[in-house]
Formats: sequence, structure tokens, C-alpha cells
Amino acid sequence: MAMSNSVNVRFDLNDEALSVDVEARTLLVDLLRGQLGRTGTHVGCDTSQCGACVVLVDGRSVKSCTMLAVQAAGTCVRTIEGVSGDAALHPLQQAFREEHGLQCGFCTPGMIMSALELIDRNPDPSDRDIRHWLSGNLCRCTGYRNIVRAVRSGARAMRDG
Amino acid sequence: MHDFAYHRPTSLAAAVRLLDDIDDASALAGGMTLVPTLKLRLAAPAALVDLGGIAALAGISVAGDCLEIAAMTTHAAVTANDHVRTRLPALAALAGRIGDPQVRNRGTIGGSVANNDPAADYPAAVLALDARVVTDRREIAAADFFRGMFATALEPGEIIAALRFPLPARAAYAKFSNPASGYAIVGVMVAQTRNGVRVAVTGAGPAVFRATDIENRLERAFRPSALDGLLIDAATLNDDLHADRAYRAHLVAVMARRAVAAAA
Repeated sequence: MAMSNSVNVRFDLNDEALSVDVEARTLLVDLLRGQLGRTGTHVGCDTSQCGACVVLVDGRSVKSCTMLAVQAAGTCVRTIEGVSGDAALHPLQQAFREEHGLQCGFCTPGMIMSALELIDRNPDPSDRDIRHWLSGNLCRCTGYRNIVRAVRSGARAMRDG
Repeated sequence: MHDFAYHRPTSLAAAVRLLDDIDDASALAGGMTLVPTLKLRLAAPAALVDLGGIAALAGISVAGDCLEIAAMTTHAAVTANDHVRTRLPALAALAGRIGDPQVRNRGTIGGSVANNDPAADYPAAVLALDARVVTDRREIAAADFFRGMFATALEPGEIIAALRFPLPARAAYAKFSNPASGYAIVGVMVAQTRNGVRVAVTGAGPAVFRATDIENRLERAFRPSALDGLLIDAATLNDDLHADRAYRAHLVAVMARRAVAAAA
């Protein structure tokens, strides 16, 4: 099908400058997962409830299933693929592993991207802060206790790091 | 989602022109309602006019005894802003409880007010605080702005530029949230304004409304006990799987009392 309403979008993805042509109706998550092959960002509910698709746009966590790719023009987007840099795992990823903050792992990229904004705003969040902040991220396996513990422990590691 | 043309003007005048010139164009603010609506194909506009590139639509300022919030200001920016937190803390608290952090990072005050969802939070604040809706062409008093479920006084192509809130003597908002969506099952904003006590209710009815019974009681005594024995007429309230109308009527009284306690 002809892309009748193709738009050129330039943005930074995990510190790499990109210029891509997308149909105007393309969701950010579909651009990331499809055209750009970054499948670490997940689609869970596709209705902006579950948070599996959370990415950072200019440092702010957003649900990429409810944002058009064209709305990301001129921004810096960070996905789970871009959090660890040269290390194998980011300290927050390491904390999720050590604290058993995941079972199936489907919600984990979204949990981590959300929590990164929280820790950026509040380097020492309380359990209450963490629970409130993660209200837009659903996990159907762990029951959240270990997720909260992992975020607290990851925040500590980031402060000490 | 059906295909559409995409425009990202950099001035309000250009956005108004695009909405006038294109048949069936929709303005896009934060997209927290419009994007899901497009995905469900409940709307299929020929074009979207994205207001995100218009610098004049961002920012919060204080002018005299008014707080002015530009339309594209996100809920996260409202709740974090020092002017709002110190001069109108009820509004900062309201914004901080909309949806979840990701919704607050994208959703905007102008989008919420223009959409006038019957369960949205901001319409209660706009109505109770007697705010003025500033558009590209005029100012509209809150009392004239909200016209029923998802309906407003906005003309086709008219864009909200800012909300202007006169600062009240005191105000507070209490909400019983739907735990899944964060939308108000019932939300009540009470305010002591220069024109007397104003109380606006969201979530409970087909659209935001003023609760004059509650206002009259609070006018006599602005304290929770003034609402003892208050019975809200349930006949016109919403009745759905989240709450039946009798329960909503009960919640209006409870939320009103909580809001007065918080404001007093």
C-alpha cells in the first residue's frame, strides 16, 4: 500500500541520531519494534494501562503505545536496549535479577524504564514512592513485592555507583 | 488506525488556519484520549493538527491574583510547578492524581478541558474555581463553557490557549478513583472564591455540574459538619458497572465532606 501520508521523523534513539520515514499513523512502539527492530519494548494491553511499552522521551516515561511516532520528532528516546551502555547490565537491571524482580519478564522493560524516571527525580525513593510511581505498570507474576525491593536496591546501587 | 495527514504548526494562528482550511481535521494535544480513540477507529479525521510545536502554548505564570496555565502544559508540569503548589495547591494535588505518571507526562490541561470527559478531573477545578477558558479568539467563563457530556462552547476549529484561574481563599479536591483508570468515579472540588462558595462535581453525572445544595450549606458554615444529613438526589447520576447511582450519590456527599475538611 502506498504510504500516502509519509512523514520524515528525526530523533535520537539511545544516543544515535535517526531519520526515518513513517506513516503518520504509526505508533511510536510500532516504529521501535517494527521498522527499527528494537523489540525490548513490549506491547501488553495496547490500551495505555499495563506499561509494558514504557520508554523515556526526553527523560520522561511515556507509554509508547499511546504516542504517535511523529510526536517523538526532535526528542531523545531511550529504550531498554539503551540503558546499560557498555556494561552487561545497568545497576537497576542487576537489582531486578538479584531481587527476583521478574518471573516471565514481559513487564520488566517497562518497569525499569518507569523506575529510571522515578530515581532520576528522587534518588532515594521510599517503598510508598515506588508503589505510587509504578501505578501505571502491571505485573501478573510477582505480586510487586520483589519489584519494589529491586527498585529500592537499584536506586541504592545507582547512588553508590 | 485509519490514515491521516499530519501537520505540526509552530504558531496558534497557523493551527487555527489549518483547522479552518482542512475538512475534518482534529487538533492533537497530548493525545491521551485522542490516540486511543483513533486506535479504536471511533474517530477517523482526515488530518491531525499537532499543537505540540507551538511554544506559546506552554508555561505557567502568575498575573495579579490569577494563575494562568497555558493549554499544552502537562499534568506533570502543573503538579510540579512552584507557583501552582504555593498559590493553588488544590490544583497541584488534583493534577498529581490524574491517571498514572506516564499519562501525566503527556496529557495536557487544555486537552482535558476541551475533551470534557464526564469523569475527568480538570473540569471540576475549572468550574469550581470560576476559571476562564482563553481561546485563540475569546475568553469563555467556566459556567458557559461546559455544555454536557463531551460537549463544550468551543466552535469548530477554536483552540484553547490557556486556563486562567482566579486564586481562591481556599480550595480542595477529593476524588474516589477508579483503581484501573484513575478516572473519577466521583470527584468533588470545593472552593471559597471571591464570588462565594462554589462546588463542582465530576464523574457522578453525564457531565461536570455545580452542587448548589452543598454550596448553600457551606455558604452558611464552611466546615464538614455543615453537610451532615445531606442527601444527594441520585435520579440524574450515572449508573454503570463501576458504581450504581445510589452509591455515586453517597460518594458525592462523602467526597464533599473530605474536600471541605482538606480545605478548611
